[in-house]
This record gives sequence, structure tokens and C-alpha cells, in this order.
Amino acid sequence: MKQLLILSGKGGTGKTTVAGAFIKLANGKAYADCDVDAPNLHLIMRDLKEPERKDYYGMDKAVIDQERCSACGLCEEHCRFHAIDHNPLYRVNPYTCEGCGVCERLCPEGAITLQPDIAGELMLYRKDRVFSTAKLKMGSGTSGLLVTEVKKQLINAVKEEERAEPEFAIIDGSPGIGCPVIASITGVDMTLVVAEPSISGISDMKRILDTAKKFNVKTALCVNKYDTNKKNTLEIEKFCKEHHIHFLGKIPYDPEAIKAINNIQSITEVECPSGDAVRRVFEKTMEILLNESEEIDK
Amino acid sequence: MKLAMPIEGKDSMKNVSPSFGRAPYFLIYDTDTKEEKYLENSAATTQGGAGVKAAQIVADSKVDVLLTPRCGKNAAEVFEDSGIKLYKTREGSAKKNIEDFTEDRLSPLEEIHAGFHNHGGR
Amino acid sequence: MKIAVLSGKGGTGKTLVSVNLAAAADQAVYIDCDVEEPNGHLFFKPKKVKTEIVSNRIPVIDHARCTGCRTCVNFCKFNALAYINKKVKVFEDICHSCGGCQLFCPEKAIDEKDQPMGKIESGVSENVRVLTGILNTGEASGIPIINRLLEQGVVMDSQEGENTNGHTVIDCPPGSACSVMESIEDADYCVLVAEPTLFGSHNLAMVHELVTLFQKPHGVVLNKCLEGENPSEAYCIENQIKILERIPFDHKLGTLNSNALIGVREEEDYQRLFSTLLQRIVREVTYETTTDS
Repeated sequence: MKQLLILSGKGGTGKTTVAGAFIKLANGKAYADCDVDAPNLHLIMRDLKEPERKDYYGMDKAVIDQERCSACGLCEEHCRFHAIDHNPLYRVNPYTCEGCGVCERLCPEGAITLQPDIAGELMLYRKDRVFSTAKLKMGSGTSGLLVTEVKKQLINAVKEEERAEPEFAIIDGSPGIGCPVIASITGVDMTLVVAEPSISGISDMKRILDTAKKFNVKTALCVNKYDTNKKNTLEIEKFCKEHHIHFLGKIPYDPEAIKAINNIQSITEVECPSGDAVRRVFEKTMEILLNESEEIDK
Repeated sequence: MKLAMPIEGKDSMKNVSPSFGRAPYFLIYDTDTKEEKYLENSAATTQGGAGVKAAQIVADSKVDVLLTPRCGKNAAEVFEDSGIKLYKTREGSAKKNIEDFTEDRLSPLEEIHAGFHNHGGR
Repeated sequence: MKIAVLSGKGGTGKTLVSVNLAAAADQAVYIDCDVEEPNGHLFFKPKKVKTEIVSNRIPVIDHARCTGCRTCVNFCKFNALAYINKKVKVFEDICHSCGGCQLFCPEKAIDEKDQPMGKIESGVSENVRVLTGILNTGEASGIPIINRLLEQGVVMDSQEGENTNGHTVIDCPPGSACSVMESIEDADYCVLVAEPTLFGSHNLAMVHELVTLFQKPHGVVLNKCLEGENPSEAYCIENQIKILERIPFDHKLGTLNSNALIGVREEEDYQRLFSTLLQRIVREVTYETTTDS
């Protein structure tokens, strides 16, 4: 089963709206939301029943037993993550603790132990389709591993289905270029970057394209809200041409899109210019994704 | 010679595991003595660096060859340094893959995939 | 006063608000903590830029001293070390720089080297000192850069000396993960920027939970407001959150923003808008501290 990942670099370009539209157009039976920090895809999927839930354990966290602590301060001194302070009792900040175990080993009183910590929750919707998603607990840092779990959950669930395996899965990615994005890129067959034609948007677009290049994935791009700045849109088109990135089209800014989303509808389900444009981008995306002879862009 | 492969259970009729780093067990097989040994893979549940840890377990077993469907960059480095050769398995049981290997039907594993960067804490 | 601007959802106008707030102040320090995709510097175009490289400390093995005891390999929670062919091998891309292997090696055979992972650029743009954090592509986490940025911000604050009119505006990353948390740690007040969509209100709820958990005084700026229902506004009213300002969807402001121009520096109207917003925020904090004491 091939995997198509929708990314953006900059937040708010329309990644989830496009992913949602693609899923409707493809009548998708396998999809995932890898934006575990701020998952939104489930908000526009209708007919979702209660999912299967599973706790996600992140790194263990250090915990100080106050009865044994002699306030020697060795732990705070050696914590590279600024996760220990004292006012006046020594405490570990579970949000910044990375579970490295240095304090546990150093403590002369044996007052520190690493303990399991629930860092989020995985959710799997299985009726009529397979939809894998997760929510990271606030302030958590183990987003990369959770993203990997979301993808694994998707693939395993698809395997267990009695239906024939779908041709491809659509994955809604997260903004940025860090850990969760890297974890979502590995193993996918193609990524579609949704860009916006602002100076910030272009800067962020270049950084996400640079990140995708490091992982040797077929990359394509479309511009959303293109008519908010036609000059910049042309610049983006030129950039794609120069860097051998498939330019798949332009989607206009469309107030109808916001209305549709707020009504829990995909933009392709209502009559609107953005819906038409996304349909065209979808068709071009399919041509590339399902084309076996296409060489991977370097 | 000694072979290792990631396996779904402690039985050579079980399938080769689709993942190397997260396989539940490793089968160590001696082609001369026909002896089978099963090692639990403690890397399966680790937060990050599963490839490295799993590769360490395999390297410590002093095998000559690893049969696996895939292998990540870090594990591949461990194997290169240890002189362990990698061969690509086919779908099916471990037993079948061992037969295929001894009869020269398996090819060397060429594609090494990038790390999953799925370490925790960052 | 340290004002953090965050949003939960990306693209709501975090940078628009933080850049313009800083520009509207008499003197300000603007810190861009969205180190994965920093944008503030595109608006400020700072001059006299100085660059500081930020590095992680990565272990280096002295193989001559190593006895193969494997204490380091067994200790490492991230599996960044392996012992092969009688040598310890370091996997730099998984190392978390905790320093444990160096600390616990019985032979003192482990030293550390710097591995660059990003940089901080500091410069000046009229009344604003601009501090930008930039993570190198391919790197997993920008936390060390955010920490260093905030340290630098404190230095700048004290350099201002008696200038109590100076404010620090912190442009935070989107979301509610640990990078956001690090960014708001020392903030006196948090401005939550929300857009009038279903996604926007959902993520506003998330980030509202975060600032409540950290007991940060906060208020909301509703951006890109259109006619009709505003789910984010509804959320604020339901949860009795102070609405600091409603910025209507504005083509002119949008175009200026799209071209990386600072509204406050281009039009009087925007200067007034953000100046008033800033004063409102200052009043909120002052009120909070007087009622608390």
C-alpha cells in the first residue's frame, strides 16, 4: 500500500483541508493524522464512532523520593536538560525530563527512580475504514515516536482487515521540520507540500523541501490561497521548476472553504472554486503517486 | 556458518518478522549443527535507537550472516563494522528462508533505509 | 514585561501579532522561538546581525583507554552507543547529549565535542532588538536553541538598564508540545491568537489548557474575523476568557503581511491598533499583580 504524505512547513497553509478533500475524492479507506501535537483531521470526518484507544508511553521520567533526598544537589548540577530545580525541595520537571537516567545513577541516596510516563493516546477508528490518529499530552516531547506508532497502527490495522488492501493511504502531516515531520516522512512514497504565497510561507516552504530532499522522497507542491499574492505564486512556480519539484497547481483563497469546514464538510462536497482546484491537484497527484516508472527525485 | 533472522515467534515455522529493530525475537541458526537458538529482542520496546540495540544483540551472537526483509542505516553500520553480510528475505516462514539461503536463492540486501528518528524525549 | 504570543494552530497570525506588538512599543526585544520555521526576521530585516552557533555536546571515545567494559553502552537510554569489533561506536544522530557516558566511564575514556545544530542571529530594526533562533534542517529538536535564546533575552533585558518601557515579545512555535512550554516558561502574560475556524477553536482550547496548567495570565486576540459564527469567539465566551481584540479579516493588512511588511510601520491605523492592544495587555498584567498581592 503506497503512502502519500501532505506537508506544509508553515502552519495554516491548508494541509488538513487538502488532506480531507483528497480522502473524500479518493473515497479513502486508509488514512492517518500524524500531527500528533494538534490533530485536526478527525474534526472533518463524519460518522466516526468511538475509536479503540491505547495509552502511549513516552520516555520514563525521573522521580525524586523526598524521604530519601539529602539535598546534595548533584542531580541538578548534572542535569543537561534543566529539568531539576529546588525551591527548596528538589523536584524533577516531568515536561523537560528526557529520561536519560544520569540523576538516577548519580544520586548517592538512591532517591531517584525512572518511572513509566503516559505521554499521549493512540486512537484507531475501524468501522468502514481505517483511520489512525493520536494526541500527544501537552508539553510532551516524544512526538517522533508517537508519529511512528500512528503509522504502524495504520499499517497493521489495514493488514488485519478482510477487505482488499487499499491502493494507497493518505497521511496528514504536521507543520515544521523537526522530529514529528522527519518521523512521518520516512517510509512514504510521495509527499505533497501545500504552500502559501507569503514571504513567510515561501521561506518555510524552502525549509520543508530541503528536509524532504534529505530523505529522498518523490516531492510535489501546490499553492493554496494563490490569489492573495500572485507575484509570489509565480516565484514559487519558478522555484519548483528550477529544483525539479512537480508543481501541481494553484488553489484560490475561498471563503466558502471556511464555511464548509465549519460545517464539517469537505470543500469538494460543496460548489466552490477551491474545491474544483483541489480536484485538479488531486488528479495530478494520483498520476505521480501511482506511476511505477517514476524515478525518485533527488 | 551461523545465521540470524528476525522472527515472529520461537518456532522456525513462524514468519520472518517484517521489521528488524522491532522484531520480538531473533532466531540464531547454525547450518552445520542445525541447532536453533531463540533470543528475545529487548530493542522491540525501547523508545529509540532500536536498530542499534537490535544490531548489538545480533553482533554479539557472532553470526556470519543476517537474513532480514529490511535494515536501517544505523544497524547497517553495525553490521558493516562487524563483517556480517545481509541478505534479503522473502515473505514466509523462517524455515523456508533458511532453505532458500542455503540453496543460494536469496539476494544480498541492497536498500538501507534512513533512520526513523523515533527517539523519545526530543 | 515578557509577553508570549502563541496559537496552538499555525497560520492564525502569531507572527503578525508579535511582530506588530514589538514594533508598536517604544523599545522592545523580539525573540523568535519558532526555530523550525522562524519568520519574524523576514519582517524586521534586522541590521548589524551577529551570529552565534548553537551546538550539542556529542561523546568522543578514546579507544586507547577503552577496556570494553560496556558501561556506556549499557547505560545509554537512547541506544546511541554500540560495542562492535572491540570498539565503542557513537551514533551521533540519536545521541541526546545527556553526558551520562562521559560521567560514568570508569576509565575516563570519553570526551565531548561540539556538533552544531542551529544558530542564533541578533540584530536591530529601529526600536526593536531582534533575536532569531534557527534550527538546521534534518535536526530533530530545537529546545537547546530556545533555551539559549531566552538566556540571551534576559541579558538584553538587563542591558536596557533603567529602561522600564522596554518589553520582550516572544513569538512561540505552534502547538502545545515541549518547545512551546519552554518558550512561555518566564512569560508574564500569554496572548493566544485564534482564527474563526473549527480547527482554530479546537486548537485554541488546547493551548488554553496549556497556559492554564502553567498558571499564566492570558487573553485572546481573535484574528481574521469574518461575518457569521466564530467558533473561537464562542469558546472564549463559554470559558470566560478575556478577548483582548478582534482584528477583522483585512485585505490590506493581509497583503502587507504577505509581503513581509510590518503594518505598524506602514499605516497609522495599525500603529494605533497594536499600540492600544499593547497598553491593554500591560493593564491586564498590572491588574493581575495588584489583585494577587
